[in-house]
Amino acid sequence: MNIHADRKTIEKGATATVSRPSGTAPSSTAKRRGPTFGWRLGAALAPWALPLLLLAIWEAGCRAGFIPARVLPAPSDVAIAFWATAKTGALFHHAAISTERALAGLLVGGSIGFFLGVLNGLSKSAETLLDSLLQMIRNVPHLAIIPLVILWFGIGEEAKLFLVAIGVFFPIYLNTFHGIRTVDKGLIEMARVYGLSQFALFRRVILPGALPSVLVGLRYALGIMWLTLIVAETIASSEGIGYMTMNAREFLQTDVVLLGIIIYAVLGKLADSLTRALEQRALAWHPSYQKVIA
Amino acid sequence: MTLAEGAFGRLATRRSVSERAGTAPEKEGGAPAASKSRATPGVEGLSLAFRAVGKSFGDRQVLKEIDLEIPAGQFVAIVGRSGGGKTTLMRLITGLDAPTSGEVVIDGKPTSGLQKSVRLLFQDARLLPWETVIGNVGISRETGWREDAADALADVGLSGREKDWPTVLSGGQRQRVSLARALVSRPGILLLDEPFGALDALTRAEMHQLTERIWQEHGFTTLLITHDVAEAATLADRVLVLRDGHIALDLEIDLPRPRRSYDPAVASVGARILREV
Ligand SMILES: Nc1ncnc2c1ncn2[C@@H]1O[C@H](COP(=O)(O)OP(=O)(O)OP(=O)(O)O)[C@@H](O)[C@H]1O
Ligand SMILES: [Mg+2]
Repeated sequence: MNIHADRKTIEKGATATVSRPSGTAPSSTAKRRGPTFGWRLGAALAPWALPLLLLAIWEAGCRAGFIPARVLPAPSDVAIAFWATAKTGALFHHAAISTERALAGLLVGGSIGFFLGVLNGLSKSAETLLDSLLQMIRNVPHLAIIPLVILWFGIGEEAKLFLVAIGVFFPIYLNTFHGIRTVDKGLIEMARVYGLSQFALFRRVILPGALPSVLVGLRYALGIMWLTLIVAETIASSEGIGYMTMNAREFLQTDVVLLGIIIYAVLGKLADSLTRALEQRALAWHPSYQKVIA
Repeated sequence: MTLAEGAFGRLATRRSVSERAGTAPEKEGGAPAASKSRATPGVEGLSLAFRAVGKSFGDRQVLKEIDLEIPAGQFVAIVGRSGGGKTTLMRLITGLDAPTSGEVVIDGKPTSGLQKSVRLLFQDARLLPWETVIGNVGISRETGWREDAADALADVGLSGREKDWPTVLSGGQRQRVSLARALVSRPGILLLDEPFGALDALTRAEMHQLTERIWQEHGFTTLLITHDVAEAATLADRVLVLRDGHIALDLEIDLPRPRRSYDPAVASVGARILREV
């Protein structure tokens, strides 16, 4: 029950701003005479009005010289930087490297976290053996061990992979564990009565029951994944978006720095949208994911 | 009434078409004699017996030395106060719990472990929310489960809802799905742990009619827990009152079916049970 409550609030918090443009405006007027195309276009664009206005003010401020380019370059300069780096292919190269690191770390840390979550969730003895150790490690902020990681791995790829893996491990471990422990005992009993094998019981009852919680863990993990990667790439790297921005900083290319920040934001948003789509599919049975037929 | 006219005995038909052909006409009148010679060959209810069965949880003795013989195919209603050990009794029959003393005998054989021939409808429906209605009914995934599940759903009047999620169903529909799920495995003994208790009176009456019809078609031994003595008197061949861990009343009801709860004879049986609870 708890998970579901959590999930709902998370959903609400996240969707309130995102799904409005396409969702509310047309349906509220559908009953009346069909809204004109112009009206609908206006409604769809309305949420973007304020950001665009801010952007315009910013651009004007830069052009007029109120904001020095060293502090904040004009949006048009950022766009030009984007175009320039995109044309040489450098941007995509760095973005691809960063994404690769992020996903590799997620895969390693996430699978270990999921595996241990399942193991400890299913077996009391595994939990007594492992859980207190994991809880102790959990209380160390994973970015605090960066110096140690650099000592261990140098500044190569392993260091970044390790940091990201540690970062994503805990949200996935904790939520998987919690999800498995809170699967309705009545359902498990029912499945046993109907003669499901241990494996079928796990695959068809325990795993789907834990899935909402696991996916909440995944979304937390994605946030931590990007955060860790940004820090790790900024400290030591010869490739990746973090390197690109740090490099640009040395040459005082504030526009490229800003571009790097925006790319991080876009990558983060993309990852979040992907998980949301995954949730939408995997949790189609869940009442809070069912489309309201009104 | 619409329920009673539903897809008549689909499962039974699949089971043994040839045998059924000769006896089919008997089914029409809902004859009172049906309880003795139930006309659904191929499906046998199993007999059930308790031999000095006791069950304790720690110091609390919930069931004390229960001796009981239930012949195959009988419809037994169990009435008793809350906490009286009714659910415990059913869990012993299913094999979900083991008796502290004595033994449960099914079809002449002492039991241990989960019983495949026994199906229990829980107080809550216990459907997997992440499986569709038909996926729930065919939970065992045995070969041909889709057809069996579709037939069972038709039997309980839920054709056309196969692809729905359980969360969109009403409480009564959910219990019907759970009944269909039990029917697929062709139980010899069906246990109903007040599965309709949370429903409104009208729906509950409807569900009881459905249960009675399916019992008549399939012929399994049925134990129904209910807190409504009128319902017990209307449906059952025999009523047991469970009080203080033993059977305080064991009453055969030899009235013709279909019964109406407002019949004076039925009502007087109900009154008699009520005195013992
Ligand atoms: N697993 C258990 N551990 C300890 N005590 C239990 C357990 N299961 C049942 N009991 C106790 O056994 C007694 C009988 O419980 P049971 O569930 O069989 O009652 P019931 O007749 O089904 O009641 P109701 O009509 O409310 O469902 C209760 O006092 C209950 O607290
Ligand atoms: Mg009970």
